[in-house]
Amino acid sequence: MTGAMPTKIEAAGLRPWIRQSMPLVALLLLMGLFSLLSARFLSFENLGNIAVQSSHIGLIAVGMTFVIATGGIDLSVGSVLALSICAAGLTMAPAESGGAGQGVLAGWGAGLLTGALAGGVNGLLISRLKLSPFIATLGMMSVARGVANVLTDGMPVEDIPEGALALGTGDLAGMPWAVLLWVAAALLGGLVLGWTRLGRYACALGSNEEALRLSGVRPGPWKGSLYVLSGLLSAAAGLVFLGRVSNAQPSAGVGFELDAIAAVVIGGASLMGGRGSMAGTVVGVALMGVLRNGLVLLDVSAFWQQLVIGVVVVLAVLLDRWRTN
Amino acid sequence: MKEGLSTMAPPLLQVRGLKKAFGAIQALSGVDLDIYRGEVHVLLGENGAGKSTLLKVLSGVHVPDEGKVTLDGRPLPAGNPGDSGRAGIVTIHQEFNLILDLSVAENVFLGREPRRFGLLDHARMHREAKVLLERVGLGLDPARPVRGLGVAQAQLVEIARALGILDATGGGVLTLDEPTAALAEHEITLLHDLIRQWRTQGLALIYISHRMPELRAIGDRVTVLRDGASVATGPMRGFEDDELIRAMVGREVHHLYPSRPPASEDPLLEVEELQAPNFGPVSLAVARGEILGVAGLMGAGRTRLLRLLYGASRASGGRVRVADKVLSGTRTPAEAVEAGIGLVPEDRKHQGLALGLSISDNLVMAILERFTHAGFVDGKAIVRASTGLVERLRIRSRHVSQPAGSLSGGNQQKVVLGRWLARDGQVILLDEPTRGVDVGARAEIYQQIADLAAQGKAMVMVSSDLPELLGMADRILVMREGRVAGILAGDQLTQENVMRMATGHGGRG
Repeated sequence: MTGAMPTKIEAAGLRPWIRQSMPLVALLLLMGLFSLLSARFLSFENLGNIAVQSSHIGLIAVGMTFVIATGGIDLSVGSVLALSICAAGLTMAPAESGGAGQGVLAGWGAGLLTGALAGGVNGLLISRLKLSPFIATLGMMSVARGVANVLTDGMPVEDIPEGALALGTGDLAGMPWAVLLWVAAALLGGLVLGWTRLGRYACALGSNEEALRLSGVRPGPWKGSLYVLSGLLSAAAGLVFLGRVSNAQPSAGVGFELDAIAAVVIGGASLMGGRGSMAGTVVGVALMGVLRNGLVLLDVSAFWQQLVIGVVVVLAVLLDRWRTN
Repeated sequence: MKEGLSTMAPPLLQVRGLKKAFGAIQALSGVDLDIYRGEVHVLLGENGAGKSTLLKVLSGVHVPDEGKVTLDGRPLPAGNPGDSGRAGIVTIHQEFNLILDLSVAENVFLGREPRRFGLLDHARMHREAKVLLERVGLGLDPARPVRGLGVAQAQLVEIARALGILDATGGGVLTLDEPTAALAEHEITLLHDLIRQWRTQGLALIYISHRMPELRAIGDRVTVLRDGASVATGPMRGFEDDELIRAMVGREVHHLYPSRPPASEDPLLEVEELQAPNFGPVSLAVARGEILGVAGLMGAGRTRLLRLLYGASRASGGRVRVADKVLSGTRTPAEAVEAGIGLVPEDRKHQGLALGLSISDNLVMAILERFTHAGFVDGKAIVRASTGLVERLRIRSRHVSQPAGSLSGGNQQKVVLGRWLARDGQVILLDEPTRGVDVGARAEIYQQIADLAAQGKAMVMVSSDLPELLGMADRILVMREGRVAGILAGDQLTQENVMRMATGHGGRG
């Protein structure tokens, strides 16, 4: 269930190890291919670009890994990202731009709180009212987008304070903040998935929730809190995104859920639950980022890009099935 | 007379020198088998002895490495389940292969639906399904969905499907893999009556079960498999039970049911007036060191009793007390576990184990918080503790990180039991603890249960296997229609008394 657990590695032997590293091998092969086809690909600058451009999907995918490990899904991440951005933007933008002028920190706080709240609603609908995750988050996908549009009247919030742009464009000793945040979230996420009760219960929920319940563990709170986590990380991704595009658009994040789900699945998680690897997810996000970037460098049209990415996602899952059997 | 017949006619199904390896594992290492028309042929063997592989070769799922299989003198097509079905070999597996939301008729004709002008011929399908259902003694409406049928009915629907296929192929071999695992005594009797009918009609049956009395009742001849080879074969009545068990296990199994010290008088679990819709009131008390057996027909409320008292289902009234602790009326499994109760549920796969997770993950599922320090789980300590439990329970595995789903049924059951050993539960509720478990592992599970009782725990054991209950329990509570029909102890503990109470025929034993 977790590539990182010592209990796994000891007895995993060679084959599971190969299995887990296959996405990485695919990523390296793809990078090799693009560096042969385009001289610009393997530059430090371009790789940095890929990392920054992947960071918001990377953050969302960390939360999505937990949700998918439980056998659930979170379709609302893109809309929650947009809603969080708008909440953050409205809190921090000056009054003349329609905001509250409360400053950057308050804005970030409002954004994160909004994401956590939306996730909390998902969690309650799923764990207490027993809605299927697909339905609950499908509803939230529309509701969050609707609220974002209502709050902003469908118009982007402009005049985002300078300080808020640091997350998207700034760096710490040459390392972009966006990438640092992604790396930190992934490391922490891996730790939680492999070495805490929350993470182990996530996989147990996905493998057999009834067995967990009959073992005396209340499944509801654990499951619910994972959707809060997903909402929170979507909001964090939104703050990074906000820093990059420098205005808060209620239409942001459309289709992000698909990229995040694809990355998690490419990384070796099963949509049936019970299995997920944070390292795999990071590789999955990188693979999607490299693919997009490489296709752009090769002047492949956006339409063809869509097609190629779809094929790659399906192939990755087929390959994984084949590896498993 | 039957043997006279079988020696005269050539066997319908003949297997010679069958071998099959999966990688380094030799699953079949030389199986010979003869099945004659009009016989019930018992296939005996521990889990892992090769029964399933043999069945899968016969039903065309696996291609054998060596050996030959002939049906009615013709070689059997290998490696294609459809072909084997058409050739006349049909297997009914332990797990149901019914599609719940399709109708009974659609299930009976799945894959060979009658058609007219390219469209499904529902009228004919229902008509013919009805005939098949009547042959298995089911008066069901063929148009109703399978969902909502009882286990016994579902089983009979599968058998109706099998009979339909065999009719279409002009007779053949019907294999029943543990057909009675989920049936109550009177349903078993019914099934056996049907089997005897089909036998006189010339059907050949392969019958797999772990219950010796049942095999005695229905089996004509027997073949014992051990380590992938057939080690004994002959008429059923030519073997004593001990001989069969020895052939199966390869060593002597002396006492299936271990002896135990007498139970104390000190009640540990007390249940008063436990109620739910159509259930109860049920009151009972179990002392430290006691095993209370719970008997009853299917649907008598045995499983429900355990689930209600454990909080897995919501009770509408009553009190449950463990030692001095009274559980709340709205208890959940979490509260029951906190009070020292543990449940080994009847359905290992769906309620007991997370099959995809490791043995150790499953063993520590109820005590993960004990291995959590400063928020982090101590993986090494889990491996240590789990390894200890695996050794203590003699769970046969390579390593505790192996998925629980890769274990045999008996070993899986030991993992579920081990979860409560790990937690040191005081009251352990066992629901059909040996269902689908072979003789060797059964003896080990009985020993574990006896050991736990000897340590002063209170055990409640639900079972449809009466000899097992009589062998293990100090007292037996018999349920009928959601109520306590009576409690038997001492000299009253006989099969007849239990059955009389369970069916409500005759007075108290």
